[in-house]
Formats: sequence, C-alpha cells, structure tokens
Amino acid sequence: MAAKLRETAAIGLLWGAGIATLVILIVILAYILVNGLPLISWHFLTTNPGVRGQQGTGIYSTIVATVAVTGLALLVAAPLSVGGAIYLNEYTKENLPRKVFRQAAEVLAGIPSIIIGLFGFLFFVIYLQPYTGGWSILSGGLTLAFMVLPISLRISEEALKAVPGELREGSLGLGATKWQSITTVVMPTALPGIITGLILGAGRAIGETAAILLTVGGALGLIHGLRDPACPMTLYIYNILTEYNDTTTAYGTAAVLIIAILAITFITDYLMNRYTKKLKGL
Amino acid sequence: MVITSNGVRTLRRTRTRVVGERLIQGILLLCAISSIFAIFLIIVFVFSQGVPFLAEAGLSFLTGSVWLPTDSFAAGTWGILPIILGSLIVTLGAVAIGAPLGIACAVFLAEIAPPAVRRALIPSVSALAGVPSVVYGFFALLVIVPWIRGQFGGFGTSVLACWIILSVMILPTIISISTDSVRAVPREYKEGSLAMGATRWQTIRSVLIPAASSGIMASIILGMGRAIGETMAVLLVAGNAIAIPTSIFAPVSTLTATIALEMSYATGAHQQALFAMGVVLFVFILILTGLANLVSRRRVTF
Repeated sequence: MAAKLRETAAIGLLWGAGIATLVILIVILAYILVNGLPLISWHFLTTNPGVRGQQGTGIYSTIVATVAVTGLALLVAAPLSVGGAIYLNEYTKENLPRKVFRQAAEVLAGIPSIIIGLFGFLFFVIYLQPYTGGWSILSGGLTLAFMVLPISLRISEEALKAVPGELREGSLGLGATKWQSITTVVMPTALPGIITGLILGAGRAIGETAAILLTVGGALGLIHGLRDPACPMTLYIYNILTEYNDTTTAYGTAAVLIIAILAITFITDYLMNRYTKKLKGL
Repeated sequence: MVITSNGVRTLRRTRTRVVGERLIQGILLLCAISSIFAIFLIIVFVFSQGVPFLAEAGLSFLTGSVWLPTDSFAAGTWGILPIILGSLIVTLGAVAIGAPLGIACAVFLAEIAPPAVRRALIPSVSALAGVPSVVYGFFALLVIVPWIRGQFGGFGTSVLACWIILSVMILPTIISISTDSVRAVPREYKEGSLAMGATRWQTIRSVLIPAASSGIMASIILGMGRAIGETMAVLLVAGNAIAIPTSIFAPVSTLTATIALEMSYATGAHQQALFAMGVVLFVFILILTGLANLVSRRRVTF
C-alpha cells in the first residue's frame, strides 16, 4: 500500500516537473507578448528610434541591424560548418582526428559569449580596424559567426550521420565519385537537417547580446554600409532599459524578438519531424 | 596493350576527376579545421591581453578582495575574489534549483509523458533555449526583482534574482542532455525491472536513473557552464556591487557582468584586467567542459 502511494506521489511529481517547465515558458512568453504586442504597429516597425529613445518612435534601424549582423554571420559560418560537417562525416572514420574536431566544436560552443565578445573587440574592432571600421556591422557579424559555427556544424553533422549508408553505397556502386554522391544523394537527403542547423544558428545570432555589446557600437542611426556602427534589437533592449528606463519600447522590441524565436522554433520542429519521417520511409 | 586516343582521353578525364576530388577534400578539411582555428584565435587574442596582466598582478589578483581599477597598473588595486565568489555563488544556487526540476522533467519526457504531451514539450524546451538572454533579464528585472523587493525589502537586484532566472535559463541544457541519456538506457534493463514486479517509479529510481547517471551528471556540469558564462540576464538583475554578498537579498557581481559593464569605459591597465578576468572565466569553462567529458565517458554497468 505504501509502495503504491509512493508510486502515485512520485509519478505525480514528475508530471508536475513537466508541467512546470511548460508553465514557466508560457508565463515568460505571455508576459512579454501581452505587454509588447499592442505596441507593434506598422509605424513601430518602420520608423527609426528617436535620438534619446523618446516614446512614439520605432525600431526600424535596429531590425535592419539585427538582420545585417545575422546575415553576415550566416554567410561566413554556413559554408564553413556545412563543409566541415561533410568532411567529418564523409571523409573521416570514427577515429582520433574526428574526435578532436568534434571536441573543438564542443569547446567553441561552450565559450561564454562575453569572451567571444572580448575576442571580437580585440581582433575585429581594434586589430582589423582599417578593414572593419572599428565598431561596426562587419565586426559584430564576424564575431557572431564564431557562435553560429559550432551550432550549425553539430546539427549538420547529425543530419548527415542519419543518412543511411546504403544510399552512399548505391551511388558509389553506380560509378559516381565520392563528391558526386555527396552532392546528388547525401546532401539532398540531409538538406532539411542542415537547414535546421542553419536556422538554429541564425536564432543564436538574433538573440545574442553580450558579444554584440563589445563589437557593434550601439549607434541608433540607419546603417548605410557594413562598416557603420549599429544597434541590433537585443542591444537596443539593454540600452533603453539601462540608459532611459524606457520599458514600453523594450516590451515592443522584446515581443518582436520573441515572435522571431517562436517562428524559428516551429519551423525547425516541423523540418526535423519531416526529416525523421522521410528517413523512416527510405 | 594499345592505348587508343579515346583511352587517353578517358585516362585524362579520370585524372582531372581525381585531382578535383582531392581539391574538394582539401577545401572541406579546411572547413573542418575552422573550429579549431577559431578557438586558437580566441585564446591567442584574449590571453595576449590577459596573461601579461595576470603575470604582473600575481596571485593577489585572485585572492585580493579590493577592486579599485584605474588605467595605470601602479595606481589601482586589483583583487577579484568577491567577483569570482559572486560567479560561483550565483552558479551553484542556479544549479541547485534548476537541476532537480530539469532532471525530473527529463525523466518525465523520456518515460512518463504520453506522445501528445511529449510533442508539445519538446519544442517548448527548444523555445526556452531560444529566448534571448537579454529578454530573460528584462523579464526578471520587471517581474522577479520587484517581487523580491516587495517581499523581502532591499533593492531586489540580488543573488536570489540571479538564482531564479539562471535556474530557468539552464533548464534546456539539463533537460535535453538528461533526456537523451535516459532514453539511451537499453530497453532490457527497464523491461527486466518491470518484469521482476517493480513499479514504474521503482524502475526509474533504481534502474533508469543510475544507468543514465553519467549523462545526467554531464548535463548538470554543462548547465553550470551555461550559468557561469551567462552575461546579460545577470547584468540586469545582479545589482553589480563588488563585495562578497552577505545574504541572498544582497547585490552581487559576477565575472561576466563586470567585464560587460566595465569594458564600456575601461582603458589601459583596467582593460587588461578585464581581459585577465576573461582568462579566469575561460579556465573555469575549460575545467567544466573537461569534467563533463570525463563523467560522460564513464559507463555504468550492471
């Protein structure tokens, strides 16, 4: 009888933990969205912030800045991570060098964003200043590439690993070279997984603040080039909270970010489900 | 053997093909090396500023408790003990709160949750991982900090505020790695236990959790790494007073928040000192990553 009671209590607690996790997420999202959504209007999205963050202005230049640094980070990290994943999965055996590569990606993913920011400040903002323009979109985007790389590498590698070996053997057996098999058979099969990795990497870049804080400058004007300083949405939230105590605009900006993150979550979840189904059908 | 002109052409085509394949393999190898190169660059640049400062300041940098930075080394007092302790206090508390909840949620996901609940919970955990840290900080600043101020007095920006928000932020790390390790336990273990007449909870407690313990430990350690490295949320709710906190309602400062806060105006020796703090933080992270690898390599056998 006692065992049965303990059983019920324990299972109940586990249910509680699962539900608590859901509730925490819902509370945080709902709080931001309920306060922020009413602020979002066409005007809010397409007007630049005021010089001193006055109310009644928008966040247009910060959205442009977020898109620019994220795009730049992806542009650099996507070929490196997908290429690296192909090399690790298709050209190496399960041995020491492969372990070293994987370990390196893991260490890179674990480096705190503020340390990446310190590096970006020293390398891109100071050392490469003649090329990057100092604090700029270019410095920020390139710094973010260091954070997108390991995420996208890991997920791309998993996607490639999930491609059944028979597909490769079939292609090689028909006389295709290794690279031909990769481009015509392996990659198309793994594509949803690879895209998922890139989208999650983009999500990391959109949400990043600490690394941006030290590299992008924080200027509120609309950028005209990659060497201009800028202020992406995350940094804008931090700045208006700490400098102007303007919670209203911060709610609106945070709501836009949350919508972007939710979209990313749903898209990647959908893609991954389709991918696993597709592989099961093979 | 007579080589026809056609044969030569085939041979040549094969050779260019082989060269092309080699070239592609070389390019892909470079891509794979880029992560290692990235770590190398980060270490070289951050350490180039931090290590000379560490060498000059010596051990008192880590053991001194007075932090009065200036742009000249001789005029400043450089002790970061309160900041290191702040990072450790904030991290350990967050893990103490977050780990039990995260592990329970992982067991729930892997063993108890009906498929429909699981289908809802898994994307929720990724959404939780995707919420930007500055948004967590914003939420904590507007909800948790005023609550603490109202309930317990003081400013509200405190150790406790950091614990609460960080415990939520490390949940996705703990949940996803723990779930994987619970699911990786061979079916036979579980079925054997159930067949012996053990209840579901008895099976979870005495078979599944012990068998998955190495992965669960690794998830806790990686959660610690996430907490100690977190910057923006802590920066907004810690209060950032450089003193060893006397209670959980007192403000605290961490390595990450101090670097982020003071980099905006630091010059000269002060800036180098912040890079030295970055080196200290980096060493903490390397130790945690190494530990996580060590425990996850350990296999539990019956």
